[in-house]
Amino acid sequence: MTMKDQPGVPREPVMTSVSRSGIPVPASVDASAVHPENIGQPGEYPFTRGIFPDGYNGRLWTIRQYSGFGTAEESNERYKFLLAQGQTGLSVALDLPTQCGYDPTHPMARPEIGKVGVSLSNLSEAEILFQGLDLSKISTSFTINGTAAIIYAMYLAVADKQGVPREKLTGTIQNDILKEYVARGTWIFPVRPSMRLIADSILYSNDVSPRFNAISIAGAHVRDAGATAAEEMAYTLANGLAYVEELRSRGGDVEKFAKRLSFFFYVHMDFFDEIAKFRAGRRLWARFMKERYGVKDPKAQHFRFGVVCGGSSLVAPQPYNNVVRVAVETMAAVFGGAQSIFTCALDEAFQIPTEFSAELAVRTQQILAFESGIGRTVDPLGGSYFVEQHTDRMEEMITKVMSEIDAYGGVIPAIEDGWMQLRLAERGLERKLDTDAGKNVIVGQNFFKKENEEIGVRELFTLDPTVAQRALEKFQRVLDTREQSAVDASLAKLSAAAAKDRENVMPYLVDCCHAYATVGEMVSCLKNQWGEFKEPVNL
Amino acid sequence: MNELTTLRQQRPLAGKRILVGKPGLDGHDIGAKIVALTLRDAGAEVIYTGLRRTPLQIAQVAVDEGVDAVGLSILSGSHKELVADVLAQLRALKAGSVKVFVGGTIPRADQDVLRGMGVAAVFTADMPLDDVVAELAQQLS
Repeated sequence: MTMKDQPGVPREPVMTSVSRSGIPVPASVDASAVHPENIGQPGEYPFTRGIFPDGYNGRLWTIRQYSGFGTAEESNERYKFLLAQGQTGLSVALDLPTQCGYDPTHPMARPEIGKVGVSLSNLSEAEILFQGLDLSKISTSFTINGTAAIIYAMYLAVADKQGVPREKLTGTIQNDILKEYVARGTWIFPVRPSMRLIADSILYSNDVSPRFNAISIAGAHVRDAGATAAEEMAYTLANGLAYVEELRSRGGDVEKFAKRLSFFFYVHMDFFDEIAKFRAGRRLWARFMKERYGVKDPKAQHFRFGVVCGGSSLVAPQPYNNVVRVAVETMAAVFGGAQSIFTCALDEAFQIPTEFSAELAVRTQQILAFESGIGRTVDPLGGSYFVEQHTDRMEEMITKVMSEIDAYGGVIPAIEDGWMQLRLAERGLERKLDTDAGKNVIVGQNFFKKENEEIGVRELFTLDPTVAQRALEKFQRVLDTREQSAVDASLAKLSAAAAKDRENVMPYLVDCCHAYATVGEMVSCLKNQWGEFKEPVNL
Repeated sequence: MNELTTLRQQRPLAGKRILVGKPGLDGHDIGAKIVALTLRDAGAEVIYTGLRRTPLQIAQVAVDEGVDAVGLSILSGSHKELVADVLAQLRALKAGSVKVFVGGTIPRADQDVLRGMGVAAVFTADMPLDDVVAELAQQLS
């Protein structure tokens, strides 16, 4: 069935005068829309125009592709390939058992081993994953949340083994549990002990690996699930402030830890919504830090963020169209002033990217960075009548959504009660119905569709079917060869630390990793102390 | 909240009980929730399992609740293993006649594999929700 056959769907796409975030977009804007006092200069408070005075001249954004699958050996090979292609940072995808805290031997784990990322069940796998890669030179980002503190501990342990001083480590763990409860689903513990674990890891990291970002507060996942650009930023800022409160309540100095908070977003297709979202978010965060918390050091007011271009804005029908979408989205990220960019591959809507599609995604960024010249001048759209007006309106919209969350009682009760989850599900349904009704145009899916089109690309990625078996064999070898008494002792100390609210669990996790305790064992210890999250299922 | 499309206004799934399940560790639940809300709008009584259910748990709920259909949402690439397991558990509980539908990121070739196992239909994110409702209405009539 084509869209033309469907009742109520227009025959041709209609251009609307409202952005995807619901902000009115006039056909013309004049100079009265610009309020220079709100904008400031690049590198100056409130940082609307970027956190650095020279933009990308000082340093280009980091090209950071999300990658990882199968066993550590295969991922290690893919990382070396990506670095050889000119990628400048690693981004590690982990499989679901690792993300949810199950060892590969657990019945829930078996079908998922190595599927959406690499299986990293204990230190020996991490040693293989980073073999031949100098951790003092590369920055590594881990998309890990429920078990983020454990994976960070494992990274420290690998660095120790390689003889790399911890203070030289750079990279990021996502470590943002709040959005997991709302959109991504890899929660383990209840909300409050999870907040403690995150605070423990950030405070510990600030001391031992001060160049490492121990959290990346992410709006990306609520966005991909259906939130608008304005809601994405609002949820993220609200979550960010909840972490700030937790860190302060645990004795953290905001002047110090705020320098290492970073953020992470999706970029979808409404070009100016995206640019305005980043400009407004940067300004709002700086104001919160300065006005609410009295932060003086500009670096602690900086809103540093990475982005993903693609996600659910990419579709399976006519997949080559996705290359164009990602290029447009990447331009929006650059005009928005992103610090790192991940470009999705054209086939990412339906499979793990092949080497061909992964390379094309990197090339897209390189063409924009080195051929187009769009990064030469910092915030080149600054002062544009329309962009400044749209930024102001986006800021109002973000503030409005944040005040709705505040009115509920804040993000933690809103999540515990399932209010945020339900709100997002309703928004996701709305977005889908708008697409079905032709209000959101998706070329090749709801308009300009070809009859009897064979969906797909020529080359398909296939995962080695022996991955699970190999992972299980390696896992058993570790169990057989490690010193069990050291494992037991380290886990006992971890339990004792977890039982005391004011004890930082991080040093104990690092010791557990060194003893080759497994992710599943460490998580079980913590579950015994803290319990498990009970998902509110209210639809 | 949303305007009901003409099809859903007719409540073609009235009187049907449908279980929407998330087997395995995949945490991407927006698709499952969107479908659950849609089927309810179309008249069905919908039970949603929440995340991280085992195939056995899902089959057991399907039997206990006496549902007409089970919808499984999987975006982690583990659909072949998990669907085969749910079908086996349903048969073991003598509920092999319950229709099973699958939604998620399912490559084209695997859609045929799933249908070959006995899955009634496979839905992907680019399909209009009305098509999902129409397919269920037809299969459950």
